[in-house]
This record gives sequence, structure tokens and C-alpha cells, in this order.
Amino acid sequence: MLPEQDIAAIVLTIKLASVSTMVLLLLGTPLAWWLARSKLRSKPLLEAIVALPLVLPPTVLGFYLLLAFAPTSSFGQLWLSATGAQLAFSFSALVIGSVLYSLPFVVQPLQASFEQLPASLLEAAATMGASKRDQFFSVVLPLSRRSFITAASLGFAHTVGEFGVVLMIGGNIPGETQVLAIALYDKVENLQYSEAHWLAAGLVIFSLLLLAMIYRFNQPSALAMGAK
Amino acid sequence: MSLLVSLELQRNDFQLSVHCAIESSGITAIYGHSGAGKTTLLRWLAGLEPQTKGHLSFNDQIWQDDKQQLPSQQRNIAYVFQDGRLFPHLTVRDNLEYSFKRRFNDNGPGITQVSEWLVINQLLAKMPAELSAGQQQRVAISRALLSAPQLLLMDEPLASLDNHSKKNILHHLKKLQQKLTLPILYVSHDIEEISQIADHLVLMEQGKISAQGSLQQLFTRLDLNISHEENAGSMINAVVSEHDDIYQLTELKINQQLTLQLTKIDCAIGDTVIVRIPARDVSISLNKAKDSSILNILPAIIDEIETTNAAKLLLRLRIGEQILLVRLTRKSVERLRLAVGMSVYAQIKTVALLTELTKP
Repeated sequence: MLPEQDIAAIVLTIKLASVSTMVLLLLGTPLAWWLARSKLRSKPLLEAIVALPLVLPPTVLGFYLLLAFAPTSSFGQLWLSATGAQLAFSFSALVIGSVLYSLPFVVQPLQASFEQLPASLLEAAATMGASKRDQFFSVVLPLSRRSFITAASLGFAHTVGEFGVVLMIGGNIPGETQVLAIALYDKVENLQYSEAHWLAAGLVIFSLLLLAMIYRFNQPSALAMGAK
Repeated sequence: MSLLVSLELQRNDFQLSVHCAIESSGITAIYGHSGAGKTTLLRWLAGLEPQTKGHLSFNDQIWQDDKQQLPSQQRNIAYVFQDGRLFPHLTVRDNLEYSFKRRFNDNGPGITQVSEWLVINQLLAKMPAELSAGQQQRVAISRALLSAPQLLLMDEPLASLDNHSKKNILHHLKKLQQKLTLPILYVSHDIEEISQIADHLVLMEQGKISAQGSLQQLFTRLDLNISHEENAGSMINAVVSEHDDIYQLTELKINQQLTLQLTKIDCAIGDTVIVRIPARDVSISLNKAKDSSILNILPAIIDEIETTNAAKLLLRLRIGEQILLVRLTRKSVERLRLAVGMSVYAQIKTVALLTELTKP
């Protein structure tokens, strides 16, 4: 039904979105926690940096990343000496780009959730002998479960829909850096409209289903969480 | 228990300055008006005020000094907050499991036992949001006991409850304390609550400890604020000597000659009890009234009279070995020419039973 190259694009897109979402949760959780609890004066600046991808054209982010990933840049050289592989036009570059690009979609729901989490419950847990780590897994995580699912879904969906950043830093190498949105762009350029329809409609349905699931999940349940 | 406290805290226009040793084995009440610093002191003892500087040690264990402080989770304490703080995502049983799994001492009581003591067996499957305030506090107290702590801190745990549930829980708590021999620090601004439960009293005023000692002693010291509270009163030790079934009264002996009568109580003859007599419910006459409706009229000697220009004055009377607090108008004191050393009759309107000491 779909040519091999398109299947490869779908697989790559899902792989990229999954890896990026995992990295985002690992990095975004401590960052969101810090932003929710910090009273530092520099906090608004950090919040603004996190939110920047929301307003910047993806090409701007892509342009700076392209410069940073170049083998002649210091970051590119550091990467080369550490991993032995060139960063530009690689899958790793796509992951780094996606993580930065989708960061606000993961950090913001988590931060909002952590801000609402009553510190009083953590104090109670501490007096019962729960260490900081224990408090996180036994109190914070279950109470912010919905926000984690929202954050992960939004991060995933947003990475799937990414175009500009990937085009700038990943190029268009089939099976290596060619993701769905770019494959679609190619079809349209080559006037392959019927194949473009398959990809476009598929993306619309996938995104619609995912978002509907998030909203369904975030409806207040019958048993209100009476946390104060 | 021995708690050595040395704390200085300046926060905006509030200053806390506490330097003392709190020695006690039973229930020590910390009493003071709101804003006196009781809660801040208790939170600091629990390690919940990490910004605060000071020295603190419990028995021989250092909890805080200049260099370091032990985090809450390593102090082996339990804390009952004013607002329960049950975990909203866990059932009552899971809330209890939470502290039981992390308990500090394997010899502590079990979940079945504690739920029986605090009568929450019927609630185990419910979520905290489904419970009344009184039930939530009973669960919170159970959860604290399951930690098997070496010290239990309670911050006005019954403030949000009605009188009936309050009495009920106080009764349970007192018994449990004796059963578990667990030292308790109990913050409250309710004199009656304290009279019912505490063995020792620490008084706090404006961020300082103004006095500490036994309840009987502090309640009747005219120089302290607590004797001037609206419902201040004295506590009298007595022995149940007779039940009168016709009039439904019980007679208590307070020494060889003197007795008190009160509405019949459920105690055996020979039991030692403590009764509380509010200062406002005592009046004085120079002669023993023969035609008074008041049952309890006891001979007394005036021990001390307060000298202020207020409308009402406090007097301390000696009845045998015991002390009775009386509040009279200054007008009456002057009209009857009351003076220290005079023999008078104390007419006592209310006698309330506090505790049964010898009952198991």
C-alpha cells in the first residue's frame, strides 16, 4: 500500500518521538520541579527560555542548532571526540533538536502540577520517615499522574508534527533523518498528491485520536481529589 | 524523654526565643494564645523549619547544632497536624500502610490493633475525602501511632472537632499514651482540653516560655496569664467515697474531713479522680450559708489576693492541702474586707470530673 520509503519515515518518526519523549521526561521532570519550587530571582528568565520554542519560528531554532552541530563548532567537535560520529544530519541531532523544540510542552504541565501539589503532604510523608526520593515516588508521582500523561502525550505528538527544526538540522536522508512531515513535503513537491493524502490524513487522524485521549483522561473524575 | 531546646528566630516582627529543657514521660501540653509561637516551635522540633537556627537534642541524640541538622525523616518522630493531611490518593487502609511500612520500630502496634483503638475499622476501605473531620483526625492519629515513633508531636489535633468527638478522642488518646508509654508534646490553646489530657504544662507567651511545671501548680499561680483566662480553674485530687442512688450523686473525699458532691459518675468507691473547678463558678461567704441551694460549701483560708484595679480579681484559697482558684469582683472583695489569712467559706457551683487515675 505504502512504498517502503514511507514506511521507513513512519518508523523513524515514531522512534524519534519515543526517544525524545523519554529524554524529555527525564530532563523535564527535575527542571519542572526546580521551576515550581525555586524562589530565585532568575527564575522568570529560565521560564522564558523554556517557553521560547512556543513563539520562535522553528527555523530560527534550527539555524542555531545547525551552527552548533557543525563539525567545526566546539560543541560539534566535543561530540565527535566523545562519540566518534558526526552530529549534523544524524539521528542524535534530531533527538537533541526535538527535545529543545518540545521542551515547553512537557515542562509546563509538570510545573503547573508541581506548583499545585501541597507541600503539606510532603511534610507529612517526611515525618513518617519517607526520604526525598521516597516522597517523590510515593506522593508526587501518583498525585501528578495525569500531568505526566498529558506531558508525555503532548511531547510525543508535538515531536511527530515537527518540520522546520528537522529540515534545518536533519536534512532529508530517507531511512535516516527523513521523518513523516518531511516525506509529506517531498510528495507535494513532486506532485504525488494521492500518496500525500495518505500521509496527511494519517497524521490528522493520529493527532486527533491522541488529543481526544488526553482530554478524555483529564476530565475530573467522580471522586474529587480533596487535597488541600 | 528529655528535650534540650535552644532556639532564636526573628521573622518580620515576630521573635521566637526558646531556651529550655523539657523533661517528661507522659503528655506535655504547650499552651499559649495564637501567635505565641507554639506551632513554629513544634514544626522546628520536627525538622520542618530548615531555615531556623538553633540547638536541639532529644535524649542523647543531637537533632540540630551549628553545623548540621537531622532531616525530619531521620528523627523517628510522628506528627499529627491540625489539618489531618491524609494522602488524598490513598484509601484509609493505604494511608495507614504508608506509615506502617516505614515505621521506626518493629515493636510498634499493628494496623488491626490501632484501628480498633481509634474505632476506624469501618472506615478502612474509604477515601479520605469521604470522611468527616473527626474521622479524618482519628485516622491521622492512628497513622502517627503506626510509625512507632520515639516522640509524638501533636499540633491542635482536635481544634476542628465538635465537643463530643473531642472528648471521645481525648479519652482514647490518654489511654493509648499510658499503654504505649509514648511521650507526647501536645500543642493547644484550650484549657479544658489540656486539663483532661496533660501531665505537664509548658506556657508560651509572645515567643517565649513563661513557665513550666505541673498543671495544678501553674493553673493557680496568680502571676501567670493562664490563671486569668475566662475558663481558668483549679484541679483538685479526690477519692470516690460514696454513691447516692436516690439523688444520683457521688461523694468525693478531698481529705479526712472535707467532701465534694457531684452528679453521679461511673467510678468505683476508692478510685482516685481529679476534678476541675472553674474560678468563675466559685463564690465566697463569711459565714456558712444554711439556706443556700449550693451543695458544696467548704471552709477555706485566703492564701493570696491579686492587687490590680481591674473589675475582677483572682484569689487563691487553701482547702486543706489543696488550692482553689476564685474570681470575684473587686467590689465584693472590698465590701467583705477580704484579706490574706482570713477564714471563709467557698461556695462551689460546678465540679467537673477530669480523669480516672487508677482505672486501667
